[in-house]
Amino acid sequence: MNTQLVYLDHSASTPLDPRVLDAMLPYFSEHYGNSLAVHSFGRQAERAVEDARDTVARVMNCHRHEIVFTSGGTESDNLALRGPVQYALTQGQPITLITTPVEHKAVAVTARQLRDTAGAALRVVPVDEHGRVSADDLRAALQNLPSGGLALVSLIHSNNEIGTRNPIPELAAIAHEYGAIVHTDAVQAPGHGPLDVSALDVDLLSLSSHKFYGPKGAGVLVVRNGIDFLTSHSGAKHEDYRRGGTHNVPGIVGTAAALELAMNTWPETAPRLAALRDRLVEGIMDRVPDTRLTGHPADRLPGHASFAFAHLDGNTLLMLLDQSGIAASSGSACKVGDPRPSPVLEAIGLGPEWTRGGLRLTLGHSTTGADISAVLDVLPKKIRAARQMPPSISV
Amino acid sequence: MSGGVDSSVAAALLVERGYDVIGMMMRLWSEDCGTGGSNRCCTPDQLLDARRIADQLGIPFYVIDTQDVFRRTIVQFFIDRYAAGDTPNPCLECNRHIRFEWLLNHALAMDADFLATGHYARTQYGAGGRVRLLKGLDDAKDQSYVLSVLSQDKLRHALFPVGDYTKPDVRRMAEKLALPVAQKHDSQDLCFLADGDYRRFLAEHAPEAIRPGPILTRDGRQLGEHTGLPHYTIGQRKGLGISYHEALYVLTTDPAKNALIVGTQDELGHRGLIAGRVNWIAGDTPLEPFRADVKIRYKARPAAARVSPLPDGRVRVTFDERLNAITPGQGAVFYDGDECLGGGIITRVDDDAR
Ligand SMILES: Cc1ncc(COP(=O)(O)O)c(C=O)c1O
Repeated sequence: MNTQLVYLDHSASTPLDPRVLDAMLPYFSEHYGNSLAVHSFGRQAERAVEDARDTVARVMNCHRHEIVFTSGGTESDNLALRGPVQYALTQGQPITLITTPVEHKAVAVTARQLRDTAGAALRVVPVDEHGRVSADDLRAALQNLPSGGLALVSLIHSNNEIGTRNPIPELAAIAHEYGAIVHTDAVQAPGHGPLDVSALDVDLLSLSSHKFYGPKGAGVLVVRNGIDFLTSHSGAKHEDYRRGGTHNVPGIVGTAAALELAMNTWPETAPRLAALRDRLVEGIMDRVPDTRLTGHPADRLPGHASFAFAHLDGNTLLMLLDQSGIAASSGSACKVGDPRPSPVLEAIGLGPEWTRGGLRLTLGHSTTGADISAVLDVLPKKIRAARQMPPSISV
Repeated sequence: MSGGVDSSVAAALLVERGYDVIGMMMRLWSEDCGTGGSNRCCTPDQLLDARRIADQLGIPFYVIDTQDVFRRTIVQFFIDRYAAGDTPNPCLECNRHIRFEWLLNHALAMDADFLATGHYARTQYGAGGRVRLLKGLDDAKDQSYVLSVLSQDKLRHALFPVGDYTKPDVRRMAEKLALPVAQKHDSQDLCFLADGDYRRFLAEHAPEAIRPGPILTRDGRQLGEHTGLPHYTIGQRKGLGISYHEALYVLTTDPAKNALIVGTQDELGHRGLIAGRVNWIAGDTPLEPFRADVKIRYKARPAAARVSPLPDGRVRVTFDERLNAITPGQGAVFYDGDECLGGGIITRVDDDAR
């Protein structure tokens, strides 16, 4: 077995930046107070949390009160949908959720659950062949909203599976015309470009720290001032009653440190990743027959390459790549024992010969030109082998 | 790797011996797949157990989607044979078509040299590179019966690491390695049944195989009605629901008439059987009849017999003493002491035995 490991799954998770770790370390065993406590230990913890809030608000260009620290992307997505819906329920308002077929499960499953449990009407806006929502389709989905109700549009900012970015400011403006509020799942975005809450013009925005060299189990939900919100994560007065639970102080400190680094460094790191990524995409398109690049060819995450290979089981390919020391993914890290075709690939119009054959290669800070060469060397052989083999399941 | 004790320890033993090991799990078709049922072959629990053990052993682990082929071959075979009046043994077919065909090919395609399983059996290399299949050291756990379908080609790629140990040894090793499965129960039932109840399974999946019909004596007198042939086993006495002046036993079935044939104790039992689809582990069909111990079920005691190869490839087995439970569809497996010589599938009883 090859022992030289090549990690190309940065969209699934990234390593913790050593600088972030340094910032977090004192908050595990030295400054361990509960941020709500009256004493000096409590004050120390509280200051760390509030400093972190300032940092996050500053780099995201929003107000500090708009920052809610959570346990990660999934929780942020849950709160983003459930908070406004719960509020609307208390007011007896009709609820309409509008989303896309290419959302992460954290949004997709939550929306379906709210349809079933909260009586929300669920509208799904189609996406184009690159996985983008068009202004016209969004407008069509916003017609005939019940008056005096909640309409919440949730649109993925940057797609985890196929890398495509949505034109969020343009779409948010349209939604606002119709009186809807807008959430965007921006979990994949930090470190790959600007991320300015005011410029995006959204009302709710989700982040997950482990996607940008921060810690796992920590994230952010931005809730713009003036948005009606009744939390589904109730408890004490943490986060101004929007998310109960003792603060994960090291996680919050790490989130702020990592987000600041991501915002400061992307102008340098993103072009390097995009150049490596382009070499990877060209190399694969040249070497492997019956291949398509999935997602937008240009407006996509810089470190993100994704493909569909005809007549191939993506999970078999992942297994063969793992055997050669290449860590890749079929698109979403959450497919326990599930050999079904990718709903995202189906939504962008690919036929059954393609939809099981997804591969996602996502680059990160540690990725080198040698890694790309190694993949270009190994991948065509493994694809040939996988096309001869029965399907397997990723876990 | 099933997530159970035997395959986990098998993997651990190979790692210890310095093999470059890849863990594989087959996701088999089963009734309650995806519903979180208790069935053992595909529940996320088993999957996570196996994956954790693989990680603890420092080996990769992959799940192979075997659902389609398993359903089409093994489950369909099970249903079809019951519908035809047999009592099939799907484990034999699974080893023939799935484990040592489908999975082995998968392993070979990944450049593996061997496919190891947690079966209690042993192999031994003899003269001229012939592989012999031996019973597992633990007689109570021996599984060579279900491996009797393997050819030289397959056995050359097979490793059975736990076959050299007893089950208590294997549990002790699992404990010593702190494998979280040391205390798990053995799985007994057919892996694709949600609840171990094959009668319910057939009623749901093959209702045509379960039709009520007459209970007849050998000479055609009707004594009552049965609820469906798969509900009875040969040799069975209780639960026939007929009163008669003597104890009655299930002698056989007549699938053409959908009849259950019953008789008294002295009508029970046969001296011989005919088996088809015969596999000879050494590769060559013996030219002469020979003496062997023959098992007619996985859990049956070996019975002394004469095995006579027939010109058409089938065999006639003649036992020294009458056997009560010769059942078409089950395997008849031939042993010389500890060595498994091969076996066939019982097609019928044979009373012309000489
Ligand atoms: C787009 C998107 N949303 C949400 C999530 C969930 O984030 P987390 O892993 O922090 O729960 C992920 C990561 O898997 C993601 O890629």
